[in-house]
Amino acid sequence: MRLTLHVWRQRNGRAEGQFVKYDMPNASEDMSFLEMLDVLNEGLVAQGQDPVAFDHDCREGICGMCGFVINGVPHGPERGTTACQLHMRKFKDGDELWIEPWRASAFPVLKDLSVNRSAFDRIIQAGGFISVHTGSAPDGNALPIAKEASDRAMDAAQCIGCGACVAACPNASASLFTAAKIGHLGLLPQGQPERDRRAVSMVERMNAEGFGHCSNLGECEAACPKEISIEFIARMNRDYLGGAFSQRPAGARIED
Amino acid sequence: MQLDARIPAGPIEKKWESHRFGMKLVNPANKRKYTVLVVGTGLAGASAAASLAELGYNVKAFCFQDSPRRAHSIAAQGGINAAKNYQNDGDSIYRLFYDTVKGGDYRAREANVYRLAENSVNIIDQCVAQGVPFAREYGGVLANRSFGGAQVSRTFYARGQTGQQLLIGAYQGLERQIGLGKVEMHARTELLDVVVVDGVARGIVTRNLVSGKIESFVGDAVVLCTGGYGNVFFLSTNAKGCNTTAIWRAHKKGALFANPCYTQIHPTCIPVSGDYQSKLTLMSESLRNDGRVWVPKAGGDKRSPDQIPESERDYYLERRYPSFGNLVPRDVASRAAKAVCDEGRGVGPGGLGVYLDFADAIKRLGANTVAERYGNLFQMYERITGENPYKVPMRIYPAVHYTMGGLWVDYNLMSNVPGLFVAGEANFSDHGANRLGASALMQGLSDGYFILPYTLGNYLAGVKPGSIDTSHAAVKDAEAEVNARTQKFLGLKGKRTVDSFHRELGKIIWDECGMARNRKGLEGAIERVRTLRDQFWMDAHVTGSGDEVNKELEKAGRVADFFELGELMCRDALAREESAGGHFREEYQTPEGEAQRDDENFCYTSAWQWKSDAEPQGLVKEPLTFDYVKPTQRSYK
Repeated sequence: MRLTLHVWRQRNGRAEGQFVKYDMPNASEDMSFLEMLDVLNEGLVAQGQDPVAFDHDCREGICGMCGFVINGVPHGPERGTTACQLHMRKFKDGDELWIEPWRASAFPVLKDLSVNRSAFDRIIQAGGFISVHTGSAPDGNALPIAKEASDRAMDAAQCIGCGACVAACPNASASLFTAAKIGHLGLLPQGQPERDRRAVSMVERMNAEGFGHCSNLGECEAACPKEISIEFIARMNRDYLGGAFSQRPAGARIED
Repeated sequence: MQLDARIPAGPIEKKWESHRFGMKLVNPANKRKYTVLVVGTGLAGASAAASLAELGYNVKAFCFQDSPRRAHSIAAQGGINAAKNYQNDGDSIYRLFYDTVKGGDYRAREANVYRLAENSVNIIDQCVAQGVPFAREYGGVLANRSFGGAQVSRTFYARGQTGQQLLIGAYQGLERQIGLGKVEMHARTELLDVVVVDGVARGIVTRNLVSGKIESFVGDAVVLCTGGYGNVFFLSTNAKGCNTTAIWRAHKKGALFANPCYTQIHPTCIPVSGDYQSKLTLMSESLRNDGRVWVPKAGGDKRSPDQIPESERDYYLERRYPSFGNLVPRDVASRAAKAVCDEGRGVGPGGLGVYLDFADAIKRLGANTVAERYGNLFQMYERITGENPYKVPMRIYPAVHYTMGGLWVDYNLMSNVPGLFVAGEANFSDHGANRLGASALMQGLSDGYFILPYTLGNYLAGVKPGSIDTSHAAVKDAEAEVNARTQKFLGLKGKRTVDSFHRELGKIIWDECGMARNRKGLEGAIERVRTLRDQFWMDAHVTGSGDEVNKELEKAGRVADFFELGELMCRDALAREESAGGHFREEYQTPEGEAQRDDENFCYTSAWQWKSDAEPQGLVKEPLTFDYVKPTQRSYK
């Protein structure tokens, strides 16, 4: 199939960027989207031109490194699928594709389609963990966990941290990402001691990083390659509210 | 050169315990004076960095990805073994030890493997405490499945994403330490050289993959957890960024490279679809628990699978290995698939594929149960191939998946270069000539959580902290070398892309040093790799400059090292005149076509020592002794 690509080219974070048009005369329907870009890049390098920079690694939809917007949709048109797992059979001959990086001020562009997502790591640093030292764990079966709770925690824990939720949100909110971690750990008994502290600290970090607020539009869930539900955002809001009370300094009053 | 593996004396079940007691401790107040550089943040690296920081050491961690959470451990699907015996089916530390030594075709160190089996039970506890959402039964206890040729159910799993969940657990522990200021994290930073001062590893030289800055870091020890080298084949199930550069640079600085020819070919991957193919995708081995592998009895049978009646199908694994059937270990299953395809009975385009059929399982269990067990895998298969495995059998073919070889380490996971430790897939230590399923995650976490925190402390207790800084001449020399090499790559303005060279190299290694090897092929491969390497240095084209994001430059550096490694793999395979595990020499097989070891002459680890660019590496042998598990011909019949 023959495609026309409009790819966002931007030399670095300080430079201006623009769409550049490329002809892709020989895409095969069995190629993944990234393989199609590989073919484009091989052609560019052969002509001594700078290839399109995009992040990718496992190409199995699990590392979360890849991702860009295809025709306005993060990771492209197939639901529950990362760009690396999207195959060209989802497109048709003659299609025109606009490919651009995640757009969010908290995700500055590094080059072309590659952005800096380190803000996500800092949100995890703020509390996305259970504080347990190596070696201090009781037997794995000492604490029974209902299968339903464990399964639901896994639904949230599947998040691959790709950033599609932020790119999809008109507010560039990281609520789904943050809520997925708060939900994963908050649903498990091991996560209870730090539950309030975690929710408050992570939400505050998210705000400080420059992500917007959630206004329940649901775009994030639609774009999420792991189809993580926005019900976790409701859960996060509840935990945050609870935490806002319990995390006040001892003796402080509500009006403080 | 004599190798000392430093295996503690005493009965095998007491070795680790008594060794731990014998090791020196660093006073808690002194720990913060030491700096440890941890390169790579997969299961081994993240767990080591977090655990060392918890103990009080200063840690600097490095990864080439944009976040430590991306490391390729994340892609492991099936599970992690542990000798918990929660299923009461007769499992024990000794049985896991026994299975691993046998599965490795008697080419691993008994003492290391026993310790791995001992640590396995602690890993599960640790991960549960971190909040890893392992699969559970309705009663709330942990669920298990049998996996990869084991006859007991000792595999713990989190849907088909066990590696992801274990890595996220270790990553969260690491991020916690970063937040506490105990770990300084350097993402998008690639190691380009190891600094050795007076024979001791003291630092690394890196390139910042965003700014291009070449920078040095020094410490009191260096830990390489940089994964395997399967991408030498170009097509493998590894992530695209996986590379050998860290361990290869260390090798060229004196670290011995052990058993490079031991590579694991995974039997259940999606076949190649075209020459644009950039990587291969693994379908979890757990599929073999319910799927049946077959090909048509007659060669060249082009009928669609539903048109081939039962009587004209050859369920070759069930036929050849009645007691293990479809669950034979990976090396055996892969070779059997190659054999039927070589006979012209392969299926799909190009004839390089066999069926993995779920029709019986769906009949027996119902589509819902099958979907519950393998739903995400079936979905992935359909996305890639456009075929629905509930209706048509999957097509699978073996692909490179894991490398058992790696830098030589002693019992303390230290290489022959003092201060240079190596953990996870990057070392050679525990899997012998073949790794069993669900054992890679176990080894990575055993090394990082439960071995390095002790053995590294023992080493540090004997060195004076912080005795050099980045102005040291050896650091400056290494930096200058890296700069010169970078300029050399950027000066390559030939006609071919780096990828095209990598593909060609991969094809040579796959054809001659893949599932089956022979003398003539290997000798030819060595010559072809050398010629191709010379062409690379003349005719490759690297675009862009050194002070910006430059993925072509990154690739060029990695491919240049793959050339040298590829040659060593062939030379190792040539020198090992026997078949063992993943190393199958066609000249050495039983009349039934099984691998034939030669314990009299080859019961050793091959460790290769770098000499110079002008002469080949020298072979150093570490003899293996088996006091507990008596070597026999592996039989899965």
